[in-house]
Amino acid sequence: MTVTEDRQSEATGQTAKEVGRDRRRKEDQRLITGRTRWTDNITLPGMLHIAMVRSPYAHARITHLDTSEAKAATNVVAVLTGQDVKEEQGSLPNAWPIKADQVAPDHPSVAVDRVSFAGEIVAVVIARSAAEARDAAELVDVDYEELPAALDLREAAAADADQGVLAHPELGTNKSAYWSFDSAEAGTGSSVDNAIAAARADGVVVEREYRQQRLIPAFMEPRSVVVDPTGEQLTVWSATQIPHILRFLFAAVLGISESKLRVIAPDVGGGFGGKLQITPEEFITILSARRLGKPVKYTETRSESLMAAHHGRDQWQKITVSATKDGTVTGLKLDLIADLGAYVAIMGGGVPVLGAFIANAIYKFPAYQFNVQTVLTNKTWVDAYRGAGRPEVTFAVERIMDELADELGMDPLELRRKNWITKDEFPFTTVTGLTYDTGDYEAATAKATEMFGYDELRAEQKRRREAKDPVQLGIGISTFTEMCGLAPSRVLGTLNYGAGGWESASVRMLPTGKVEVLTGSTPHGQGHETAWSQIVADRLGVAYEDVEVLHGDTAIAHKGMDTYGSRSLTVGGEALVLAADKVIEKARPIAAHLLEASVDDLEFTGGRFNVKGTDKGLAIGEVALATFAAHNLPDGVEPTLDSDATYDPIDFSYPHGTHLCAMEVDTETGGLTMRKYVCVDDIGTIVNPLIVEGQVHGGLVQGIAQALWEEAVHDDAGTLVSASFVDYLVPTAADTISFETANTVSPSTTNTLGTKGVGEAGAIASTPAVVNAVVDALRPFGVNDVRMPCTPERVWKAIHARDGAESGGAPTEGAAAPHFDEQDTADRTAGGTDGSVL
Amino acid sequence: MTRITVTGDGATDSDDVEPRTLLVHYLREQLGKTGTVVGCDTSNCGACTVHLGGRSEKSCNVLAVQADGAVVTTVEGLAHDGELHPVQEAFRECHALQCGYCTTGMIMQSIDLLNDNPSPSEDEIRSGLEGNLCRCTGYHNIVKAVQSAAGQLPSTDALERSNS
Repeated sequence: MTVTEDRQSEATGQTAKEVGRDRRRKEDQRLITGRTRWTDNITLPGMLHIAMVRSPYAHARITHLDTSEAKAATNVVAVLTGQDVKEEQGSLPNAWPIKADQVAPDHPSVAVDRVSFAGEIVAVVIARSAAEARDAAELVDVDYEELPAALDLREAAAADADQGVLAHPELGTNKSAYWSFDSAEAGTGSSVDNAIAAARADGVVVEREYRQQRLIPAFMEPRSVVVDPTGEQLTVWSATQIPHILRFLFAAVLGISESKLRVIAPDVGGGFGGKLQITPEEFITILSARRLGKPVKYTETRSESLMAAHHGRDQWQKITVSATKDGTVTGLKLDLIADLGAYVAIMGGGVPVLGAFIANAIYKFPAYQFNVQTVLTNKTWVDAYRGAGRPEVTFAVERIMDELADELGMDPLELRRKNWITKDEFPFTTVTGLTYDTGDYEAATAKATEMFGYDELRAEQKRRREAKDPVQLGIGISTFTEMCGLAPSRVLGTLNYGAGGWESASVRMLPTGKVEVLTGSTPHGQGHETAWSQIVADRLGVAYEDVEVLHGDTAIAHKGMDTYGSRSLTVGGEALVLAADKVIEKARPIAAHLLEASVDDLEFTGGRFNVKGTDKGLAIGEVALATFAAHNLPDGVEPTLDSDATYDPIDFSYPHGTHLCAMEVDTETGGLTMRKYVCVDDIGTIVNPLIVEGQVHGGLVQGIAQALWEEAVHDDAGTLVSASFVDYLVPTAADTISFETANTVSPSTTNTLGTKGVGEAGAIASTPAVVNAVVDALRPFGVNDVRMPCTPERVWKAIHARDGAESGGAPTEGAAAPHFDEQDTADRTAGGTDGSVL
Repeated sequence: MTRITVTGDGATDSDDVEPRTLLVHYLREQLGKTGTVVGCDTSNCGACTVHLGGRSEKSCNVLAVQADGAVVTTVEGLAHDGELHPVQEAFRECHALQCGYCTTGMIMQSIDLLNDNPSPSEDEIRSGLEGNLCRCTGYHNIVKAVQSAAGQLPSTDALERSNS
């Protein structure tokens, strides 16, 4: 579906003075001067502080819990255990049960008699100061009886009541849900099994296993929550991405009327999906504040954050691609196991499914199948992390396109070109049934290869290979697309999601002609205050400086679906356009009345209602003042120009881009040096190029970090080893390089402004580009994969796997050896290219 | 409790502190200087960076009692008479912040870096900021902001962009 061309031409017409301009951000003044409103900055009279006691064990029975010493400690007000709150706390909600028969354990905020992951809360200490609470937490005496822990997602999938280890023995299984899509069954394509069988007989089939390691979103601001139980009202400040969703869910779980709840997300220091959650910590703080009748604050430490805030990715992937001998793809099949961790998080079960509709990427696969088994383990719960489902499948398909190219002896770019949807084929209905609105893969790729110096770098690569240079050069490609603008509510309904995908905006003309904008899309670094001002300034013809954007407080912007899934601009921006247009339509009859003209004789341009063919006119601000005074309005007209709009997207939008990475690999040490990274993203119309670039840069580094550095590592007992920034390797400025970014513009046809999303693009595209570059450098050594993160050790072992010296791989010494790491690496590199075609 | 006297952002305060109190907690909780924030518990992230005696210091790495008699500058003491510090201005100009949580520490570290080396190379900027983590910007524009503050970028357009 598309919006009308009229609307789009109005939006992008000659009055667009602000959209497209690199305005410096309105948000920055308070952030660069330290006058910020982080949740942890809030102090209320009589406020108490919480410290959590957390389980050191991944799976254990609580055999003894003594809080008496902690209760007696200085200034301790209360100590709560799971037994104390078990009636009240209920179970944390899961908003997306992907199948009706999904298996999900109850999720208590405070563990009652058993802990299911290391970091789970077993007791809550409330004291007059944070330091006293933490001191007393040390005095809580807990004895545990350790239980076997389910840690490996594949072993977890294979276990049942009779064999293996169950994360929650009472469930009798670790399997949570099985979800699949088959293009033959759906009628959107042919049978993938037939395609693969045909290619085995006459063609090429490549099959690979990939591992999406477990990541940690690692937003910079630790989570914090303050609850003030004032009279009948409960005010909750939380460092969250989703104040509106929280308000609804707190009300639903606690049985409090929504009208008695106000949820505020003040300045929020990053999220990346990691603050798209309803947390035990929030519930505990609410329960504590209600019990004690006083304001209560909880702020986590970084170590707590890394252990207990939800993790991301963590999939085992098997991907099969079939093609004819000339390189035309004929089928794509994915079998995934996704680790949900110990509990099914708010969106956790659905995250892998978000990848199901986009794994076919930009290619014209005629046959497609996607199967995912979600499993429970005794690790931290898993949920959305930047890209949520889409980076995982994009990685798999972009990696295997390189493998297929290698198998066919084709340039990987040529293989992509041969199979992608061409510019004149849009709108294009894919094998998953989605219709891609617009795109121009040719233009983005042409621009990227030129900026990159693709041919020159290929020539250098050839020279280095021939010279057996110890430093080899790899070129990695990723031509990605994704679906943005979550989401049409009807689509969400068919996927069993528990809410809609609309967004809300309000535009209020103040008597002075200034404008207040409310948005239900709550930002946490994205720059909504700036971009939304630009959009409204153009639409209403008012000054950018005269627009104020308010958000993040359910008592102010009372309605919203918040910020995630690259949805704010495509969905929330459209709501904003609709609300602004309603203001104009409300003002029009009033202006006509004041100008003593017919409504039909008025035109609205540049912020003025002009009587056609005359020099008579009124600025919208003048109409606003006259409306406020209300002395001379047409009969029956409401004296306000305020407008609300709620927009349910008619469809997704599909940004795309071509990302190219040049990586130098020291084959003697396994050391990697990124030499160049170029990307050309097509995100449709750009509202603020400065903000767009920033989103791309940040996404790139998070995606590169998955490829090279980051991994949540557990030891054999299920303890998170990388539980501080000493061990969880968030990259620094010294690890990264400057990027060369550019855009092509294929305006989306699914919203008025023509925008697509950009928040997740960099993170989705860069991971396969980087790993493809590493593997490309090592092709002469027979390497066809290096498991992420591609550490120097893994790179070196991959190079030497064929020597036999390290192919079996003695486990790395020290506790940081990841689970089944060595076996994985060896399995998939030992065969080399010979073993790759089945 | 120990009595300390600290000159913070131009004002002199005397307070009783527990000997174990970290400077960052003293700044935030007793002086109300919440522009300085806590991002980790292992001195890795640098979000709490301030200037102690004119040099950058992670204020989670210093006890408040060690700052007794010292001059402390936080991000809140940089602007004078409504004029932003050039590094603050450069961060805004170059879009070197998104969520802004690391920003105050990053600005304090950048100033220290430029005090040490007024004309740093890109590599020197990157290694000089190695102790400060940012999760939003990918550092690209932070590096540009430091270059801009050092006068290394054309002032008319601090960002070299290649948007079509």
